[in-house]
Amino acid sequence: MPNADGYVRTGRGSPPVRTPTPRSRRRGVASAAALLVTAGTLAACGSDDGGASSLTWYTNPDAGGQAEIASRCTEEAGGAYTISTSVLPRESSQQREQLVRRLAAEDSSIDIISLDPPYIPEFAEAGFLAPVPDDVAERVTQDVVQSAIDGSTWNDQLVAVPFWANTQLLWYKKSVAEAAGLDMEEPVTWEQLVQAAEDQDTQIAAQGIRAEALTVWVNALIESAGGHIIEETADDPADIKLGLESDAASAAAEVMKSVSSVGGPAFTTAGEDANVTDFEEGDASFMVNWPFVWGRALGAVEAGTLDASVPDDYGWAQYPRVLEDEESRPPYGGINLVVGAYSENVEAAYAAAECIASPENQAYYFISNGNPASNSTVYDDPEVIDVFPQAPVILESLENAAPRPLTVYYSEVSGALQRIYHPATAVDPETGPRASELISSVLAGEQLL
Amino acid sequence: MSTTTLPPTKKTEPVSAPRGGLSDRSKAERRLGWRLAGPAFVVMLAVTAYPILQAVYESLFSYRLTDPDNRSFTGLSNYWVILTDSLWWESIAVTVFITVVTVSVELVLGFGLAMVMAKALKSIRPVVRAAILIPYAVITVVSAFAWQFAFDINTGFVNSWFAWLPGVSADTDWFGDKWLSLLVICLAEIWKTTPFISLLLLAGLAQVPDVLQEAAQVDGATWWQRLWRVTIPNMKAAIMVALLFRSLDAFRVFDSIFIMTGGANGTESVSFLAYRQTIARLEIGLGSAVSVLLFIAVVLIAVGFIKGFKVDLSQARGE
Repeated sequence: MPNADGYVRTGRGSPPVRTPTPRSRRRGVASAAALLVTAGTLAACGSDDGGASSLTWYTNPDAGGQAEIASRCTEEAGGAYTISTSVLPRESSQQREQLVRRLAAEDSSIDIISLDPPYIPEFAEAGFLAPVPDDVAERVTQDVVQSAIDGSTWNDQLVAVPFWANTQLLWYKKSVAEAAGLDMEEPVTWEQLVQAAEDQDTQIAAQGIRAEALTVWVNALIESAGGHIIEETADDPADIKLGLESDAASAAAEVMKSVSSVGGPAFTTAGEDANVTDFEEGDASFMVNWPFVWGRALGAVEAGTLDASVPDDYGWAQYPRVLEDEESRPPYGGINLVVGAYSENVEAAYAAAECIASPENQAYYFISNGNPASNSTVYDDPEVIDVFPQAPVILESLENAAPRPLTVYYSEVSGALQRIYHPATAVDPETGPRASELISSVLAGEQLL
Repeated sequence: MSTTTLPPTKKTEPVSAPRGGLSDRSKAERRLGWRLAGPAFVVMLAVTAYPILQAVYESLFSYRLTDPDNRSFTGLSNYWVILTDSLWWESIAVTVFITVVTVSVELVLGFGLAMVMAKALKSIRPVVRAAILIPYAVITVVSAFAWQFAFDINTGFVNSWFAWLPGVSADTDWFGDKWLSLLVICLAEIWKTTPFISLLLLAGLAQVPDVLQEAAQVDGATWWQRLWRVTIPNMKAAIMVALLFRSLDAFRVFDSIFIMTGGANGTESVSFLAYRQTIARLEIGLGSAVSVLLFIAVVLIAVGFIKGFKVDLSQARGE
């Protein structure tokens, strides 16, 4: 499952130190030289590929689904192109850092990228993305949920191919919700959840960690309260109008504060993975999280590390409301495909992107890797519903989902929000105005971040 | 009781040196020296001097990597922005704290380990040395992850093993508090780099002449007196070099903070600040200015040590 691989990175130990004799030193130099020559020759072989375009697809880490789709599409292309995959860092912010630097240097080896939607405006504005041909744009948006189209659009132009679309649900333990007297058939509010958690002496798991996940939560709360972090975007950063001093922002702050009071001892360092652990272990009985939760629980049951009764008690519903009479706006995430502007095979890359994002491949990816499709027809697939009984709720959630602020300066906005809204235990009505002030002066180049 | 050190050896002039000039042999040696060191010198200029000058130049601009067309010269305004920002001074305080704490603890521990390595029985000496050096061979990022996992509230063992300590319980969130986070960061740094300091001190220990030790012993000095009056004064140069190298290194702390807290709860160091402006925000101008200030801080530390404590770098090499 996507997050089951954990954080472990392998490292190389240093070889034992030995003083080289002049002879072994010479041999060392000779073999290093030989290695360089060989590497040069191999690189030369790699770039000479004859007729077929050889495409490189930079993927975010997953359970192998994108690599499988790449080989399926290569086969389907019948020699027109071949796709090889190259895995990016785990965190989306680090994926961006690597890609931006390489694209700024006009790296032509980047053909297709699996890109996190909040970074699309920045990439598009910098001219890093090859324009989507009109006919392709028409085909890849057919039957696609609106939030995924919005997330692939910048300046009223489709600049990315919607691939998979993610959204958060409210996960709950059926037994606890019942004991607390919550009617989960009806929409619930954060206030009700906090009350229920207090009554039942349990925790609510949400992403309090100082990371992108915190921005996701803040954004969903402000949007659910009817506001926006950015009311009006502009080319000049000084003209960007923020909405952090609104009633919606203070309602969101109130929710954060009260949720953090029942968020458990590690609330301010908990991300999505730690949240699931708390939920599986029973420390938390309510949680907002992405659908990988379900696949991870089933996988753990299969591996024998989790009792089968645990996922049996899982319930899922729409993202909690901030205001009783206003529908919630759950987070929108996922991955869209973009084609690098410096690629030498733009046409083939778009053909490949279309193949990758086909409804069949989206269904395969949903079932095998737990990543929900952006194409709504996939949700009618009986096999999908069989594996993911939450599919209809996910589709509904995607239709209501709100993207994070669409701006070229997303990483500044997100970084500043994380700095001010962390720790959630200290959030108060002044937090919104303070964040607003920081974002404004950071965008004006008057403050560090 | 006074300290006992050997008088510095007098440099003898070559007998054949002609007055006011170098002999042919000296000239040839000098030329050979330049030819041998020349390539390394050129490489050093290319990989260190060039980037430093480039950073100094770019720090004078407002320049965003994704928007090169709007690059504009702003003079010293980036420096003004940084030096008037409280975040910069907080980062300096955190960095100085980590440097002072880790280097002082490492010096004491490293000295102890150096003594153990020097005095260990001949048969087990190689094993002892290897065992002590293992942490230094571990990559910093890997060591940071290991320490993070150990102290993590969910996956860690520290909370359950050390629950008997006051203030530690199953619910202690080590990375949710500034001082607890800094404690773990310092522990990881100390674990990782004490071997480096002990290695430098071991070299210094080996330089203490046995005759002085023996003379002191004959005079009836206790072990403690010999340590303070003979051993340490004679290895002052090695101690200062070890301190200097580690302080410069510690001042640039980044990996452990990046992995363990991501800069949360006020644990950002100066290097982390430079990373965030340059790599995350892509503000090359502002980030370069932070890097230049970091460079100046490191130079000041180095000059402070060399001038203030009279560190002679050549002496540490046994010249």
